[in-house]
Amino acid sequence: MTDVLVCVKRVPDFSGEVLLTEDAQSADARFVGYTMSNHDQCAVELGVQVAAATDGQVTVLSIGTADSVEQLRSALGVGATAAVLVEADPVALGPADVAHEIAQVVSERDYGLVLLGNDAADSGDFQVGIRLGHELSRPVVTGVQTLSVDGDTVSARADGPDGREKYSVPLPAVVTVMEGGVEPRYPTITGRMKAKKVEVENRSLSREPVGSGRVKLTLPPPTPTNAEVLGEGPETAKVVVDLLQKLGVTR
Amino acid sequence: MILVYVETSAEGIQEVSLETVTFARTLSEAGNGVPIDAVVVGPAPNDLSTELASYGVRNVHHASGDDFDLFSGAATASAVIAARQVAGSVVVMAGGTNRGNEVVARVATRLDVPMAANVVSFHGLSPFVVTRQVVGGAALEEMRLGKRPAVFSVAGHAVEPVPAETPGAGSIVPLAVDLAPEDLLGRVTSVEGADTDDADSLKSARVVVGAGRGAGGPDGFGDVIELAELLGGTLGVSRVVTSLGWRPHHEQVGQTGSRISPEVYIPCGISGAIQHWAGCASSKVILAINTDAEAPMMTKATYAVVGDMHEVVPAINEEIRRRRG
Repeated sequence: MTDVLVCVKRVPDFSGEVLLTEDAQSADARFVGYTMSNHDQCAVELGVQVAAATDGQVTVLSIGTADSVEQLRSALGVGATAAVLVEADPVALGPADVAHEIAQVVSERDYGLVLLGNDAADSGDFQVGIRLGHELSRPVVTGVQTLSVDGDTVSARADGPDGREKYSVPLPAVVTVMEGGVEPRYPTITGRMKAKKVEVENRSLSREPVGSGRVKLTLPPPTPTNAEVLGEGPETAKVVVDLLQKLGVTR
Repeated sequence: MILVYVETSAEGIQEVSLETVTFARTLSEAGNGVPIDAVVVGPAPNDLSTELASYGVRNVHHASGDDFDLFSGAATASAVIAARQVAGSVVVMAGGTNRGNEVVARVATRLDVPMAANVVSFHGLSPFVVTRQVVGGAALEEMRLGKRPAVFSVAGHAVEPVPAETPGAGSIVPLAVDLAPEDLLGRVTSVEGADTDDADSLKSARVVVGAGRGAGGPDGFGDVIELAELLGGTLGVSRVVTSLGWRPHHEQVGQTGSRISPEVYIPCGISGAIQHWAGCASSKVILAINTDAEAPMMTKATYAVVGDMHEVVPAINEEIRRRRG
């Protein structure tokens, strides 16, 4: 039996222009809403698969505002059975703070496997899983796309520069997950009903955060929007191929 | 002293590492010419010394042996820390790949210092403030690295890889590393050449033909694949295409897929969400084909053709074939 802790982050659901708050300390998501990082969604899916295969349980954890309950309920709707919210202002936290708070929860309970997204869609720090493994003295494998647990070993696959890399790591372990290996499942109606009934455990920060070193956020210069329109429809083909010849990519 | 973790693969030195060494030279110039050393872990290509010398590297610290034949993030970090001790580095950098980010994150964690991922520029040395990409490059963060060594990764395509006007010595210095048993717990056990070959060809392709939701379904890619073949290029797709299961993930371009920088990118039926733009913004020329003239991809492109990809692309293919006889 492997009990799994999956850590998820509430992030702005940007697809178009990014806006910043007036104090330039965070992205302003008032007009776009929030979601769970894509990598985190895959981590939830893998956690649910491992728990099902080993008769274990999945607990989902988030560190952020009270509204992060929305992301916790999403994970509860697809198979997690318990949820923990460490309530905090995410802007005040750096990667070391996040790792430290997760480590507090892990050290109190017996999670054989901790799964996290490889990096968050908003802050893109690429290090919480590594700092967590260091704090817990556990091995860490990053960028994993599929995994399975057999006894006290987690077998994982990740894409490396020379091909598909396989890992075989003793539990307890920390694994960070990347999109591409599994398709996150959608919640069923029954799953959603169950998710509503689960009581979310609320915690507060265990220490004063050290912060991220953020001075401010800025926006890159806007990409020029002055595309040269070559024409409309298939009759543009000749002009397009003239251009491709000029660019030297066809003869 | 600036230390750059240089990634190698079966093909040689990764281009992103050469970009990172180029970035390091800018930092070196700002620091009155502090030397740049490299650290290479595991099997190394034959021309390692020559190529890194041409980029201005002084010493190449090389950790080799059975323990380094297959990748372990912890063992690699131990090697980088050992090289830093030898070289006395106050800056440790890597390319902003998954592996580069992992290694510098491990180094920073063990040295109890901050780490900045995907840096694009720096501002002054004291205090050392970097600008890095967040939200997939749609926003930037100014971040203070208040402790030494300053540890960070350089975003892919943040700079062009350019050899140095004055080459370095590129001397190979064997690196002794005392590994702890736990350094090898999370180690690769085997590598199978597979999908990543395709992802690598996407990253290095001179021409990429992209397809998005406009493809309409898993059977809607024939024409774009043919165009890619006619141009000696590769197919790249948007996230929605892989999410719907129409094409495999290794073909995905974007924040959670490959970041490409071809000479020509031809996105067809791709609206241009910021997550996709994050992966293709470094393309030299973008020729967008879309029914919606106001789609972000169409307005941000260099050239645009308004029309249905299922009509426009076959016509382009036919015209290319006709001209080739």
